[in-house]
Amino acid sequence: MSLHRTGATRREILLTGAAGIGAALIMIEPAAATPETMQRAIRQLVGEAPIKKGKVTLDVPALVENGNSVALTIDVASAMTAKDYVKAIHVFNEKNPLPNVISAHLGPRSGRAKISTRFRLADTQTIVAIAELSDGTFWSASADVIVTLQACLENLD
Amino acid sequence: MARALINVPPKAKRGDIIEIKTLISHIMETGFRRDNVGKPIPRNIITQFTCTYNGEEIFSADLHPAIAANPFISFSTVATDSGTITFEWTGDNGFHETGSAKITVE
Amino acid sequence: MIRRVGKIARADVAAWARRARDFAHAATAVARLACPALSFLLLCVPAVAADIPPDQRRSGYADLGAETKAMEDDDTANPGLLWVLDGETLWSTKTGSANKSCADCHGDATRSMKGVAARYPAFDAKQGRPVDLEARINLERRDNQQAPPLAFESHDLLALTAYIANQSRGMPIAPPDDPRLAPFIAQGRTLFETRQGQINMSCAQCHDDNWGKKLAGNVVPQGQPTGYPIYRLEWQSLGSLQRRLRNCIIGMRAAPYEYGSAEYVALETFLMRRAAGLKIETPGVRP
Repeated sequence: MSLHRTGATRREILLTGAAGIGAALIMIEPAAATPETMQRAIRQLVGEAPIKKGKVTLDVPALVENGNSVALTIDVASAMTAKDYVKAIHVFNEKNPLPNVISAHLGPRSGRAKISTRFRLADTQTIVAIAELSDGTFWSASADVIVTLQACLENLD
Repeated sequence: MARALINVPPKAKRGDIIEIKTLISHIMETGFRRDNVGKPIPRNIITQFTCTYNGEEIFSADLHPAIAANPFISFSTVATDSGTITFEWTGDNGFHETGSAKITVE
Repeated sequence: MIRRVGKIARADVAAWARRARDFAHAATAVARLACPALSFLLLCVPAVAADIPPDQRRSGYADLGAETKAMEDDDTANPGLLWVLDGETLWSTKTGSANKSCADCHGDATRSMKGVAARYPAFDAKQGRPVDLEARINLERRDNQQAPPLAFESHDLLALTAYIANQSRGMPIAPPDDPRLAPFIAQGRTLFETRQGQINMSCAQCHDDNWGKKLAGNVVPQGQPTGYPIYRLEWQSLGSLQRRLRNCIIGMRAAPYEYGSAEYVALETFLMRRAAGLKIETPGVRP
């Protein structure tokens, strides 16, 4: 049995520890998104519209040094004219507590449909970026990110 | 102390696509953590970022708890006229911060 | 993990649970390797630590991934600059019953503070011991501003320290050639090389003998104090060298010293001597 997968708090662990570490643990899993909840969040956004692969470049490191801050750039191929532009860029994840990361709203005045931010990744997982175009179509790209954790940990109390 | 760092090129040619970078002090507390006695720490995040160029909105973003502490956002816009580009961040607990930068377009 | 001695296992589990809680659900396969990796490293290290040859000394910056390097290099992407900016404001803010600002005595920090961080900790004759930059700020507050000390790791102390150290960015670390520092450097070296804690490990076993190798997902750095205060992604905040030392000591499962203790200052004094010639990067960014 490995305790490392638990989402139990330190207090729960310590309480259990006092009663004997071998005793059964009551594990309280924190709310977590799953690939299914991510798909639901995406469907909530796009409805029944098809999501095509392409046009979107999702630039995120394949291996991150710390999941607390991961550089993310999304670039969508678009002329960005008054008639043909990217309306929004949405980013989703599979395994954070919530599936949404950011929704950015753009327009013809953006000139280029490219945004960067830094986000959190609770675990190794797949990231999905979806571009919403002015013609009502949706385009996507996805990337797998491996999250490593710190070897040395710090308690804060 | 809330403070923002904004990077807008001070000068640009009309029609140029310029990159704008913003960084703001904020803890971005997810609402999913617990303190050292097990009490949940309430969510405290920036939920909305808006950028206007001479009064017209040119970019906005909805932020979720997955955005890293001290949020960094960069995006582009077309340099149309000289004037002021303003930035506004709003969030939980009445958080509200603004900033602005001047741009000269030739 | 549970097969190991109960006490250690519990400490491990508590620490892992805390990290997991930091962002809900964080137990990756890599993380599970960390403890065996630490134990493995212990078995591998030679008993005697050897100094890093001067030509092989390097900042932890060299071991960063491209994204983290870019974050440190770009002043509009480096979150440490938020503290530097606040420090700039505090520098010229009047405080204490003397109602004086730092600037009232020291003028323009970009000139007066240039190079200061590169030669700290420095020996203070009145105290009879070396003081680091944070302690110097608090001594100035007490003696000249008649203001209460700023708490260790408080926003304002980090901001002022970062602002002052930022004035030395790019300058080589140049500890003063002060014989009065010698016993403190020696004490720092002893602390650095002494095994301690439940896992009976010394700083030198990682940072002198095994730098450049991997420990879990991270490269073991040399432990050069070039970028302090640093913005650590793990902390999601700026933190001092003392906080980083405390973090390592907890990693060894040893009891950390009090902030401001003679032990930390001795370690800082030794580490700055050990890093002589490397360039100040404040505010550095590290994972």
